[in-house]
Amino acid sequence: MRLAARFDRTFIMTLVDTRTPDPKRLISGATGDWEVIIGLEVHAQVTSEAKLFSGASTTFGAAPNENVSLVDAAMPGMLPVINEECVRQAIRTGLGLKAQINHKSVFDRKNYFYPDLPQGYQISQFKQPIVGEGQIIISVGPDRQGNFEDIEVGIERLHLEQDAGKSIHDQHPTMSFVDLNRSGVALMEIVSKPDMRSADEAKAYVTKLRTIVRYLGTCDGNMDEGSLRADVNVSVRKPGGEFGTRCEIKNVNSIRFVGQAIDYEARRQIAILEDGGKIDQETRLFDPNKGETRSMRSKEEAHDYRYFPDPDLLPLEFDQAYVDALAADLPELPDDKRNRLVNDLGLSVYDASILVSEKAIAAYFEQVAKGRDGKISANWVINELLGALNKAGRDIEDAPLSPDQLGAIVDLIKNGTISGKIAKDVFEIVWNEGGDPKEIVETRGLKQVTDTGAIEKAVDDVIAANPDKAEQARAKPSMAGWFVGQVMKATGGKAAPQAVNDLVKAKLGITE
Amino acid sequence: MSVDVDTVTRVARLARIAVTAEDAQRMTGELNAILGFVEQLGEVDVSGVEPMTSVIPMQMRRRDDAVTDGSKAADVVANAPATEENFFMVPKVIE
Repeated sequence: MRLAARFDRTFIMTLVDTRTPDPKRLISGATGDWEVIIGLEVHAQVTSEAKLFSGASTTFGAAPNENVSLVDAAMPGMLPVINEECVRQAIRTGLGLKAQINHKSVFDRKNYFYPDLPQGYQISQFKQPIVGEGQIIISVGPDRQGNFEDIEVGIERLHLEQDAGKSIHDQHPTMSFVDLNRSGVALMEIVSKPDMRSADEAKAYVTKLRTIVRYLGTCDGNMDEGSLRADVNVSVRKPGGEFGTRCEIKNVNSIRFVGQAIDYEARRQIAILEDGGKIDQETRLFDPNKGETRSMRSKEEAHDYRYFPDPDLLPLEFDQAYVDALAADLPELPDDKRNRLVNDLGLSVYDASILVSEKAIAAYFEQVAKGRDGKISANWVINELLGALNKAGRDIEDAPLSPDQLGAIVDLIKNGTISGKIAKDVFEIVWNEGGDPKEIVETRGLKQVTDTGAIEKAVDDVIAANPDKAEQARAKPSMAGWFVGQVMKATGGKAAPQAVNDLVKAKLGITE
Repeated sequence: MSVDVDTVTRVARLARIAVTAEDAQRMTGELNAILGFVEQLGEVDVSGVEPMTSVIPMQMRRRDDAVTDGSKAADVVANAPATEENFFMVPKVIE
């Protein structure tokens, strides 16, 4: 099915339905099932020192108008000069999205009036963006059987544009305050095709895109500081039918809110359509406090941006050699890393997905796993380290344990010096006090007792002290577990559990 | 190509230029005269010719990624009718 529709105010996109309606993603309404169609425009701030067309700093949180050049303030006679790094970053991002890189692109003026836009236009790219079609593979799941489903989401385009300034409305009863620090900062607008069919898919898409730009180092992905924000296009239809009229929810600044906004908006549209109404194409705002979307702009005057090529800027041109050099220098991307961890280290897809979800976690894990058992390393990074970090509300960047320290614990387990149970104690000691795990095990006498004589003695002692329980256990072999527990307790958890288990059974004469 | 009075009024509004109904009427005639004049260019056959973006074939100049400007907030707001702590102050605009 091919339908031409006006998808975005900024350009016309041909809509192609790439998906087959899937019953488990449908929303049931009073008149039957509905399918939600989602497309996203993500604005990602380019990681660079200076702005797209001026030499002012991009640092977040500076004093009002401190990071502003006269170019950003649109003083008469100021001319834009493009920052090469922003061009490189846009191309690198395009390569990460497996997208077509356009050797020639053009900057246009998008004209509108707003106090935080001193030029009266935003320099953007309209007909000829720097990056064309690409794709992102998202993974949704796990379902009840623990399976993940990979879904391909098309990228329509990526273009470079200027950010606007910031208006603050709550400082004065009758005036708004304008700070131009953000004005002119380079943004990549990354537009997806309308290929998503549920809030979960949209959340997975933003998460994946964020992971990719972080791996590439082209955007810090910090949604709290507004470095990554999403405009969410939502429409509903009867499964497999014609695309419906969409609404665009502007500037959603967290992944959770993306999901909430879609769920609310889909329900709102279904309710209108089931009441016999029709959807007005409009821009809406998500209110995180109320968990709802509301109409944002008055419809009396449709926006007319009167795009035209910016006469201050020549077309942006580069050759294939320029692109090839950037491609050669690209880091390993999350999908490739995940596949390598699965194929080379034998990790499960689930574990590998967790480890590659953030570049810093992947780097930490790879340091731990270097020359060690991949599965045990993965187990300790995911279950112990990430679990403890999560509990403490800390990021991997300020983990109290270095990869080398965790690696040393893994070594001690692997060579039988300590049991997995003692290892958890060692982990906790190193977490709280620091130090070399090997030394801690030595000095605190935590070594696993594998000496059968010593274990045997402990088993004998426990059995001798509890003759009635020993009698019961002989009749009811499942009671043996109690003796194992007592022996472990008596040896301070240091006895090798398998040896204790075997000896208890032997001494009690339990054969199974 | 020609424009009608509604188009002239709308374009003026988009450009935030105050134009009276009387002026719009007069300007419609003037603009159509200009458009008619420009239309003569259409007589030239340009099929197969790349649109020209510059009179001399040159690459767009690029800048290194270095902070070379800024830290002049007082200069930036110097001409503003109202400021506070180096913010521009404008009549309240909230949607």
